[in-house]
Amino acid sequence: MASYRFNLVKRVPQFSSSLYRIARRCCSIYTTPVDTNEPTFDKILIANRGEIACRVMQTCKRMGIKTVAIFSEADRHALHAQMADEAMYVGPAPSNQSYLVMDRIMDIIRKTGAQAVHPGYGFLSENKEFAKKLADEGVAFIGPPSGAIQAMGDKIESKLLAKDAKVNVIPGFDGVVKDADEAVQIANDIGYPVMIKASAGGGGKGMRIAWNDQEARDGFRLSSQEAASSFGDDRLLIEKFIDNPRHIEMQVLADSHGNALYLNERECSIQRRNQKVVEEAPSIFLDPDTRRAMGEQAVALARAVDYTSAGTVEFLVDSQKNFYFLEMNTRLQVEHPITECITGVDIVQQMIRVAKGHELTMKQSDIPIRGWAVECRVYAEDPYKSFGLPSIGWLSRYQEPTHLPKVRCDSGIQEGSEISMYYDPMISKLVTYGDNREEALQNMCRALDNYVIRGVTHNIPLLQEIIAHPRFVSGDINTKFLYEEYPDGFQGRQLSDTEQKEVAAMAACIYLRDQVRAGAFKNENRMPLQPVNPAAWDITAIVQGQEMPATVTENKDNFTVTIDGQTLTVNNDWSIAAAVLDATINGQQNTFQCISRKGDEIKLQYKGTVFKVEVLPKKATDYSHLMPEKPKVEASGEVRSPMAGSLVSISVQPGQDVAIGQEVCVIEAMKMQNSLTADRSGKVKAVHFETGTNVSEDDLILELE
Amino acid sequence: MAALVKYSRALVTFSKNPASLSLLRAGCPRFCSGDVMSASVHDRIEEKRRAALLGGGQRRIDAQHKKGKLTARERVDLLVDPGTFVEYDMFAEHRCSDFGMEKDENKFPGDGVVTGHGRIHGRPVYLFSQDFTVFGGSLSSVHAGKICKIMDQAMLTGVPVIGLNDSGGARIQEGVESLAGYADIFQRNVEASGMVPQISLIMGPCAGGAVYSPALTDFTFMVKDTSYLFITGPDVVKSVTREEVTQEELGGAKTHTTLSGVAHRAFENDIDALLRLREFYNFLPLSNRDPAPIRPTEDPADRLCPVLDHLVPLDSHKPYNMLDVIQALIDEEDFFEIMPKYAKNIVVGFARMNGRTVGIVGNQPKVASGCLDINASVKGARFVRFCDAFNIPLITFVDVPGFLPGTSQEFNGIIRHGAKLLYAYSEATVPKITVITRKAYGGAYDVMASKHVKADINYAWPTAEVAVMGAKGAVSIIFRGDQDQAKKEAEYVEKFANPFPAAIRGFVDDILEPRMTRQRICRDLDLLSTKKESRPWKKHANLPL
Repeated sequence: MASYRFNLVKRVPQFSSSLYRIARRCCSIYTTPVDTNEPTFDKILIANRGEIACRVMQTCKRMGIKTVAIFSEADRHALHAQMADEAMYVGPAPSNQSYLVMDRIMDIIRKTGAQAVHPGYGFLSENKEFAKKLADEGVAFIGPPSGAIQAMGDKIESKLLAKDAKVNVIPGFDGVVKDADEAVQIANDIGYPVMIKASAGGGGKGMRIAWNDQEARDGFRLSSQEAASSFGDDRLLIEKFIDNPRHIEMQVLADSHGNALYLNERECSIQRRNQKVVEEAPSIFLDPDTRRAMGEQAVALARAVDYTSAGTVEFLVDSQKNFYFLEMNTRLQVEHPITECITGVDIVQQMIRVAKGHELTMKQSDIPIRGWAVECRVYAEDPYKSFGLPSIGWLSRYQEPTHLPKVRCDSGIQEGSEISMYYDPMISKLVTYGDNREEALQNMCRALDNYVIRGVTHNIPLLQEIIAHPRFVSGDINTKFLYEEYPDGFQGRQLSDTEQKEVAAMAACIYLRDQVRAGAFKNENRMPLQPVNPAAWDITAIVQGQEMPATVTENKDNFTVTIDGQTLTVNNDWSIAAAVLDATINGQQNTFQCISRKGDEIKLQYKGTVFKVEVLPKKATDYSHLMPEKPKVEASGEVRSPMAGSLVSISVQPGQDVAIGQEVCVIEAMKMQNSLTADRSGKVKAVHFETGTNVSEDDLILELE
Repeated sequence: MAALVKYSRALVTFSKNPASLSLLRAGCPRFCSGDVMSASVHDRIEEKRRAALLGGGQRRIDAQHKKGKLTARERVDLLVDPGTFVEYDMFAEHRCSDFGMEKDENKFPGDGVVTGHGRIHGRPVYLFSQDFTVFGGSLSSVHAGKICKIMDQAMLTGVPVIGLNDSGGARIQEGVESLAGYADIFQRNVEASGMVPQISLIMGPCAGGAVYSPALTDFTFMVKDTSYLFITGPDVVKSVTREEVTQEELGGAKTHTTLSGVAHRAFENDIDALLRLREFYNFLPLSNRDPAPIRPTEDPADRLCPVLDHLVPLDSHKPYNMLDVIQALIDEEDFFEIMPKYAKNIVVGFARMNGRTVGIVGNQPKVASGCLDINASVKGARFVRFCDAFNIPLITFVDVPGFLPGTSQEFNGIIRHGAKLLYAYSEATVPKITVITRKAYGGAYDVMASKHVKADINYAWPTAEVAVMGAKGAVSIIFRGDQDQAKKEAEYVEKFANPFPAAIRGFVDDILEPRMTRQRICRDLDLLSTKKESRPWKKHANLPL
């Protein structure tokens, strides 16, 4: 037992070419073959970045179309730029100097001779001016006509149109809001709760919910600032907020020959701050009748605005399955892959065909619901801070779990990529599917366990927790799920006694492997002749502050760990250097990730959450009990930046008295404004930054006396 | 006599159970034959041992614990492999007869220090651990003699020495004898220097002349909040210079690891320090006649590091973290950094490549652009010389814009101190592998293990720029008065801001894709493991001090 043995180690292939990986990753789900005889574009420019640019290029490659990527200074080495046949520099990192600059993009189109442009989502995808500019130059816009963009882009106009098309709309007041008083007035007319958002903005950005007059004022102020900075248009919309709602949307597809159909629904109820986190298709909530009714209304709306290409009609659905039109997104939606998984339709392919003027080849009756698909949006965010505050960093290690069956991972990054503060902090869209919901969720669990992301804080702990949550598994969800289930914020997985022992046992085995190896010198001739190591090691594993004395033995084929009278047998055919450890504990499969080993501290990711385990020789813990604990330094009265961003405003000055909970400054990051408050009352001692400056995560912005 | 040795081995496992003592006696008929004298000798032995194990007594032990410190014996117990400690001179007592010291109650077997040898992960080590519970750990001539004894043996056998310091200073009652004791230790520290690694772990006070022993050893580590190092304490400072300063500010771990550079690292508490020391010990060879250790690793030697391909920003003004480069390349991200908080513009520390211990030196572009200043030069030089003395190959990562300009640097002797690093690299005969990641400008390029100071293998990443200075500075000199500086600058960049000028001349052996770096270094280390280089005989060289 004294000597260190090399074990047969299972290795995940580490360095498969990322381009190959992308080319391969999801072809199998499509049932819409490419007709090579059908005329199509020779060259398409993708006016976007990241995963969606890669996603579009992938279909272009399938269709034999050449691709042109544009990249900003920050994206010089980005995957989308590497993947394209041609990549053109478009400008400095900030998107308003690069991906949003229409003239530069038009220049590149002329230079490269691209015949069509796919805008992806975000950036210029719902910009009617851009669509018009392209039309003027005779370049096809792979998306709806600008009339439809315009009609649906305005939330007020879209609602009127929807009403005319006999689509159910939300009860409430539609109107432009001029000031805070009017906002309060309107809110009172409608009755609380109300939702306040930017007229021009899409998605959840800029949406705020007010339950009283004060919140209505705050919501008006923050939303209008955000609307102005993000969209250059400070119009707002206030409407009735439906309690206990589900967010269910219909994917529609229309051609220029008058055909329109719906590709069934996606349920996107799991949201935080009105941004989607987990989506699935189909919805567990809809029955065939409701689905048909919703689909038909969505198609009716598309027809009403002469819609072509792919679009999404979003509905809010209440507990009685009444559904109300929310808005129509006139673009390829982030979460389109789950629809592709259940229908087999390559939506991008159909968008390109429609843009070329072809007729849709499928009928409504051809659209199946094949099994179930789930998508998790993997973000570079700290999920422990209001379910996700953006983080930035450098991916020091990155492995997508695409070696597992029925997993699709849409990403635009690779090992070594930088998640910068300039763009959306999404790392990838992890999609799994299966014959039914249960299988899809199981696959998701495994995929999340095997997903290796190091160097940036990410939200996998939260995703894993949602996927395994009994209420989510049962399908009883609404858009407030996270806030109802985690009223005090997300805390990470709470371990059961058995799980805690499993984590302790795994850490103990890693410790033992490391200790045995430490004495296994290859070139040392002064080792004693008798064995150096004991047969059994007495250690203490400290998990979540709880000391667990254990005895660990390494046997020929496994480890035995005895904790609290219970014996756990752990396999030993894993590598201490691997990112993912497939452990079998008492015959049961478990996946761990060893995040770091620093001294006695082993960080293990288990069921999504990272646990810090200290493993010490037993005598070290015995000795530690002889000494008093070192007092922890209390840090209070400090306001630190929770993320990297820029300071939009500072509302206090040195010497000023502040009350607990008072807003002291606002930070804008990733187009989100976040207000920071004082954690106690007191006098401001110093403010360390000025308005307009950039701050890094954890920078000390101000101190109280 | 043989029985005695056996006896002591069994006892030094610090069993607190008196039953084991009587058990041992029962197994030893020679002492239990009924002979009255023997029995009484035996009782005395037993009594002395018991007293030695208790040090200054339970009350003082409790006080030691209350301060957050372990006792001398507890520390030894944690540091060495279980059951391997063999103690020397447990019965040694001071011979001082002044000031009432001759009284029995003022005699403690062991006299305030536990000495002996043990094993760390199987390899031998000599160690001493000062016992603060006996006369505050003060150093008597006997105490010093015990330390000298193990140091002498360490040198004879080629085994490192670890000192656990926790002492109030000289045993004042002994006067000059105590001072002589210090000097005896200093002399041995110097003689052992470069022969066996010497490590000091400061775990309590260490003041006055006593500080010079740790200062002479290769590495000085400290425990946060409970250890102090200073020549004179706050009281004397106040009376001489009128400065008000606390112990912690004057000589605490933070001061010495961030400001003075006296200590190489600080640890959270006694337990953390001792366990980390075990880890650290594993990087070192036992003596200058032993090779640097090799141990198994599960990290493949041919692992590619694509993560490094775009780590270095194209804009040469943008910083990146050299630690990211190091972590990506070494085995299992296991880097033991030396002086992590001092002169942060240079990173030094130990790591393994394919299981072999290597010493890593890297400029840190994140701090002060990675320039070399006085502190960075001295920090680097000391580390390079340690590695060279103990057969540890050196891997150097270069991104250096030059030496730091300024009056404070010049007035404080950057010339003299910068020369130390140049000297250390030029003198080193261990395998030297250099990777230029970006800037290698001016004299600093020469210093940082360039081909010209006999580095064995030099690589440049595609982002490397080897030049006399940055483009802007160069152009303003070459084309002084020329209107079109920007154009000339672009020309200069085109010509020099790339690895070719150096590669053409053979000053770098290859231009290497960053992802290949680990693979190549691992192979180079295999190849260079038989490197033998000797310099002409001399008494010793004359390092600029």
